[in-house]
Amino acid sequence: MENFLQQLLNGITWGGIYALIALGYTMVYGVLKLINFAHGDVYMIGAMTGFYVAHALGFAGHPSMVGLLVTLVCSMAVCALLGALIERVAYRPLRGAGRLAPLITAIGVSLFLENAGQVLFGADPKFFPPLLESRELVRVGALAISNIQGVVLATTLVLMAGLEFVVMRTRFGRAMRAVSFDAPAAALMGVPVDRVILGTFVLGSALAAAAGILVGLSNPKIDPLMGIMPGIKAFVAAVLGGIGHVPGAMVGGLVLGIVETLVSGYLSSTYRDAIAFVVLIAILLYRPTGLFGSAQTEKV
Amino acid sequence: MAPAWAPLVRRHWIALAMAATLLVGLDTGLPHVLNPYYLTILTRIGVAVLAAVSLQLVNGFTGQFSIGHAGFMAVGAYVSAALSVYLGAGWLVALATLLPAPLARACYFPIPLVAGGLAAALAGLAVGIPALRLRGDYLAIATLGFGEIIRIAILNVDAVGGARGFSLTSAAQPGADLRYDGLGAIYAVVALSVLVIARLVYSAGGLAFRAVREDETAAESVGVATTRVKVEAFVVSSFFAGVAGALFAHSEGYVHTNSFAFLRSFEIVVFVVLGGLGSISGAILAATVLTAAPEVLRGLGEWRMILYSLLLIVTMILRPQGLMGQREFPVGRWLGTRPRQPHAAA
Repeated sequence: MENFLQQLLNGITWGGIYALIALGYTMVYGVLKLINFAHGDVYMIGAMTGFYVAHALGFAGHPSMVGLLVTLVCSMAVCALLGALIERVAYRPLRGAGRLAPLITAIGVSLFLENAGQVLFGADPKFFPPLLESRELVRVGALAISNIQGVVLATTLVLMAGLEFVVMRTRFGRAMRAVSFDAPAAALMGVPVDRVILGTFVLGSALAAAAGILVGLSNPKIDPLMGIMPGIKAFVAAVLGGIGHVPGAMVGGLVLGIVETLVSGYLSSTYRDAIAFVVLIAILLYRPTGLFGSAQTEKV
Repeated sequence: MAPAWAPLVRRHWIALAMAATLLVGLDTGLPHVLNPYYLTILTRIGVAVLAAVSLQLVNGFTGQFSIGHAGFMAVGAYVSAALSVYLGAGWLVALATLLPAPLARACYFPIPLVAGGLAAALAGLAVGIPALRLRGDYLAIATLGFGEIIRIAILNVDAVGGARGFSLTSAAQPGADLRYDGLGAIYAVVALSVLVIARLVYSAGGLAFRAVREDETAAESVGVATTRVKVEAFVVSSFFAGVAGALFAHSEGYVHTNSFAFLRSFEIVVFVVLGGLGSISGAILAATVLTAAPEVLRGLGEWRMILYSLLLIVTMILRPQGLMGQREFPVGRWLGTRPRQPHAAA
């Protein structure tokens, strides 16, 4: 039982990270109907930026909460800029050119980031500096929560709450929801659609960067191709929850993280990568638009 | 009653005879002219072309967005490889006692190709029936998921090597050479498959595919069985993906599941979209150029894949409709037969 709870906790931590990446997919999909395949690589850049920032500012040898926070903010800022740049260069020129052309540029950007990453950072794995000294935070019976897990969970929760606030309570959030609901109509009402889309990329990329740092903390081996699998899994999580639906991405991420951890803990870790897709297909067969997606009516 | 293809043969027998001579010539002549590196690249281009054209049938002509094509290639590759290793090697040795060696090989190698294609078609049927109920991006992600599930399932089968990969050498018949890398034969298979797909989509019956692409509701209302048409496209497409996989396995002599990961599927999708959705010529062009590009750029060292990705982005921005749009090369006019009317311009 304790073992189960421990696995569950690990699953929730891992799921939170998936959810942070999934939010970027789902928000971009909401406003642009684009699967942004480069998103997983933005997460990789987030982790890499964290690595270099921590070394440059001297946090690598001296674990502290301040160091972690500064690294996190720097990395989120860099990735926010990167996200804006990607949108501006690779997606905006194709506005109105159908849905598949930007999908291919997304794959192009993804390849570019992976290969540029290999040239720039080297193809060998790096070890993310320990920004926090790992110790036990709370112990309930045999269930131990480490401070790293605590920080990962707390950061995830704070960021999600912040996002929920931005989307539901600010002017920008309202504009985002308007664009997501009907972009041409929003444009007619005076919503600056292009700026909203840019802002969405900034938000989503910052969240991916945060996920990169949190992974670096709990799972310190990072390399230029680390974004591929989590990127796809996070996309699966977003579809699982109903793509374009913000709380859906959070739930989808958590479900996926928990299922994956339990499967690799109790069954076999070789099936770990397959199980995400099995769950996805099982859910899609019963709910063809994901857990929270609304069925679309077709007008003839 | 003469079979349906008899008039075709009668009309084109000179062309066919020339093609056959050319193929045999390529098979025997090319290895003396080109070094193995170029031969390998040419082989890979052939496989890429077949994979791209087969996906074009689903994505470009039927308008269903599948991004798990590499999974069906994997089925074709592994089933054909297993057949060759566990049964085929014996057959090949037996055939070689009856016939001269080149003829025995020519008689044997269509068997694993067809077997690989049929196995992939079966997988396509099993995946297509549930998945094609989904639409748009949900279909895309489901096909991606099935592709990955197939790959990971194969990875866990020890009889085909699991994570070690699977080498096409038979323990029972160590003398049997199960590799087949004659370029003429490979391109004959590719050309024949492309021809079949082209005849299919530009036939009267093939209008159903395009009707489903243009408007599913309208197609259904004029009596097109849309689900059936979608599944048909999916199964035929999977068959040829399986043939491509079998060609790949037998030309390389070794298969590994890493060759069929989702990045491979994405690559095929890129061929199809960059070439122009709904253009067979476009898929051939893009598959050829994009398979050759990384090799041509090899002199740039580590920068070549960066340049490759930038090329991809720039080309797509300059030609969002793809290189060919929905047009085709007017092959019929070149051959002197009547030009086939391309379907309505978009």
